[in-house]
Amino acid sequence: MRTVDYSDRDHYKTQAFPTPFHERTAALNQQHCWGRWKDYITANSYYDTATEYFAARNACSVFELTPMTKHGISGPDSLAFMNRLVTRDMAKLKPGRVGYSVWCNDEGRVIDDGTIFHLQEGVYRLCSQEPQIDWLMTSSIGFDVRIVDETHDIAGLAFQGPTSCAALKRMGLAGIENLTPFGIQTFDFAGTRLTVSRTGYTGDLGYELWIDPEYALELWDRLFEAGKLHGIRAIGSAALEILRIEAGFILAGVDFLPAHQAVRPDRTRSPFELGLGWLVHFDKPYFTGRQALAREKEAGSRYVFARLDIEGNKPAHQSFIFDKNKRFAGTVTSATWSPSAKANIALASLEAPHGEPGEELLAEIYYQRELKWSRVMAPCRVVEGVSWDPPRKRQTPPADF
Amino acid sequence: MTKRAVVIGAGHNGLTCAAYLAKAGHEVTVLEAGTEVGGAAATHEFAPGFKVSTSAHLLYLLDAEIIRELELEEHGLALAAENLDTVALDTGGRHLLISGDHINAEAVSREDREAMVRYRKRMLRFAKVIAGLHDQVPPRLASGERSDAWSLARLAWAIRRLGRKEMREFLRIAGINIYDILEEQFDNELLKGALSLDGVLGTHLGPRSNNSVFAALHRMSGAINGKPGALALPRGGMGAVSSALAQAAKSLGVSIIFDARVGQIDVSEGRAIGIILATGETMPADAVVSNADPRTTFLDLLGARHLDAGLTRKVSQVRQDGNAAKLHLALDGLPEFPGLERERLGHRLVIAPDLDYVERAFNSSKYGEHSAEPVMEITLPTIHDASLAPEGKHVLSAVVQYAPRHLNAGWETAKAGFEERCMNTLQRYAPNLREQVTASELLTPADFEARFGNAGGHWHHAELALDRFLMLRPTAGTAQYATPLDGLFLCGAGCHPGGGVMGHAGRNAARVISGGASE
Repeated sequence: MRTVDYSDRDHYKTQAFPTPFHERTAALNQQHCWGRWKDYITANSYYDTATEYFAARNACSVFELTPMTKHGISGPDSLAFMNRLVTRDMAKLKPGRVGYSVWCNDEGRVIDDGTIFHLQEGVYRLCSQEPQIDWLMTSSIGFDVRIVDETHDIAGLAFQGPTSCAALKRMGLAGIENLTPFGIQTFDFAGTRLTVSRTGYTGDLGYELWIDPEYALELWDRLFEAGKLHGIRAIGSAALEILRIEAGFILAGVDFLPAHQAVRPDRTRSPFELGLGWLVHFDKPYFTGRQALAREKEAGSRYVFARLDIEGNKPAHQSFIFDKNKRFAGTVTSATWSPSAKANIALASLEAPHGEPGEELLAEIYYQRELKWSRVMAPCRVVEGVSWDPPRKRQTPPADF
Repeated sequence: MTKRAVVIGAGHNGLTCAAYLAKAGHEVTVLEAGTEVGGAAATHEFAPGFKVSTSAHLLYLLDAEIIRELELEEHGLALAAENLDTVALDTGGRHLLISGDHINAEAVSREDREAMVRYRKRMLRFAKVIAGLHDQVPPRLASGERSDAWSLARLAWAIRRLGRKEMREFLRIAGINIYDILEEQFDNELLKGALSLDGVLGTHLGPRSNNSVFAALHRMSGAINGKPGALALPRGGMGAVSSALAQAAKSLGVSIIFDARVGQIDVSEGRAIGIILATGETMPADAVVSNADPRTTFLDLLGARHLDAGLTRKVSQVRQDGNAAKLHLALDGLPEFPGLERERLGHRLVIAPDLDYVERAFNSSKYGEHSAEPVMEITLPTIHDASLAPEGKHVLSAVVQYAPRHLNAGWETAKAGFEERCMNTLQRYAPNLREQVTASELLTPADFEARFGNAGGHWHHAELALDRFLMLRPTAGTAQYATPLDGLFLCGAGCHPGGGVMGHAGRNAARVISGGASE
């Protein structure tokens, strides 16, 4: 079952469609706080953002993923195709594993980032923020591959938090505790196949659940039944935003401009400029942007991606960053107060050579107190590592709650 | 430093490039898949004793400097005829004889005759701007290199020095269609039809297509023995030009290997290190130089997996589908075109009775059909060169358009029908021609592709148009003869300055390879 039917000639009259979980999410959405995510209506917040956030960090949380763009790639040349598409070495991604990567245009600028599921030998699923079908088709010239947009064929839930494994076990997913980070496992579920990957966008123990949309409500109900004693809660995108900044994950369109959306090519970023140099493997077959990236590696990058720890508690939303001499050094792309790290954190794009860990900088923060705007030049420091990185993220089997 | 260079394809540009590379002291091997040199610049026997230029039959762009520097005349290049006039054929026998800027026919008004003088003068002046670019390695737009800036400045100056009024006119017409500018200047339909042919021959363009003025200027941008815009017939057909180039190359130390089909370009660590023959044999090289068309070079010989996806898309979208066919007739005597004196039969005869006729002929090709009433450029080379046919016999060589590469019906089924259409058209101008035909041959773009390996069968490898010229030919990023892959170079008609038997692409490429501009 497809959740959105574009063969219906009147489909255009609907701008955003309900998701396969809508019946359940609507019942829980006390605020009626909805937003649009690509072709769908999804919850920004159900109760209040803080409650939802703490569910994810201290119990378990359910975030709906159906609108995430999903592309299926198969065919005799699928490995060669994937290797030419993305910067990391796909030959190392074994079946049953998930890999995070970026892919670039000819100029070595990031088009988007996403997760690649190696579902079975030679069959891949690429999940990304932005629809990539055009670029995938372009990249397929000269390769024997089949590419489909399967966004509407798969319903998805992100189930994250320290008690998530225990809840899944209770739901009947035998052996789920043995799934290692970035692993994929499938289960028989209510007469269909449930795919579970140990992946997520919260930087914590967590899973993503993928199922035929027809079984979406059944999955939801069984999950919430099993999770009742594990503190399960539905969460919206507002809570997820705090979670992902704590985890240090970048977001397309926020922390970088997807290259295909750029009118001004110099506004785009290379993987090196997003702190993702570790994803660029030069010792593998040619990939799009390789030559440009090799040149950049030689000549140096223009920008440096940095994580900042800022004094005070006022989030540095969209702040300018200055060096100690008050010279412009860059801008903040994402900022939040981190409830778990008890820190005022931000992700920033700094002009090279700024951004060395330990560098002292200033964030120009505008804030409002009782309708009065003020400005503070808050000292901040470039930090190494992310604000939220608990050992349980990697632990297998996870602790049983 | 002496380099080992392997040139893929013994087309005229490949030979030219090889000769210049050898001249610069490099060690050069040319690998030819077939058994003859020249690629499409060839002469072949299409019926026992009857020989003809396989594709292009007129010579007008081959550079005098190349002839001199490679001593082509010493190596056998000779012209059977030069300064050919154009005869615009009329079914009623009221043909026009166009000799340079002069029209010898009472059917044309004094105004048209005066307009012709102005038209020819202006077109030749503008063609000179294009001619000035032929021997240049196209500049890159944002490289910051002084040589690129200098090239661009030279181009700007060449246009500016036309003078304010002429510069404006050049910029006005260079990108537009020849239909409009001929309508602006002439009344006589037959004259306009014949002149429009210069803008569409060998291309996928009709007179109303943009770029047809540019194609006409490109065609007029050569010179034969110092005479700009002149047309000549090489003695022995176009293959003789290639033979002379091959002789010149050999005398400079180039070795040419036949029956050597290249299967792929050998790549190691992001560099072309040689070629692998279809037989599996490898041949190492410091420079691999491809005379093949861009699509074949990048997508077949190299392969998309060695290229960026964006560039692959650009290459795959270069317009390479040919639209011109070639008709060859063996005649047991000199044909008669009523109203045309015998001594004029040796000129270039064209069937393009009016602008709309040409445009209609083109229309069908847009939708995968050949023209019902084709346009033609006809020569009778045997009048000037008896070596091409048995004594007393003649050859009629005609470029016939339009014959799109991809025909809805498929060429296998439609070929005979198209040849019949061509014969019907010819019969209207030469009623007794059919009885004189002892053998015939029609070569379609599909045949050219099969014979010469140029994907699409286009005469110029890639469409000749402003968006595929200079730094955009064949694509931005591959227009300087070097490619993104170190060690791989292009030297074919798909590069600047394009197709037609001219040799510049090969010569410019040799300069880049020798100069190490890409290293």
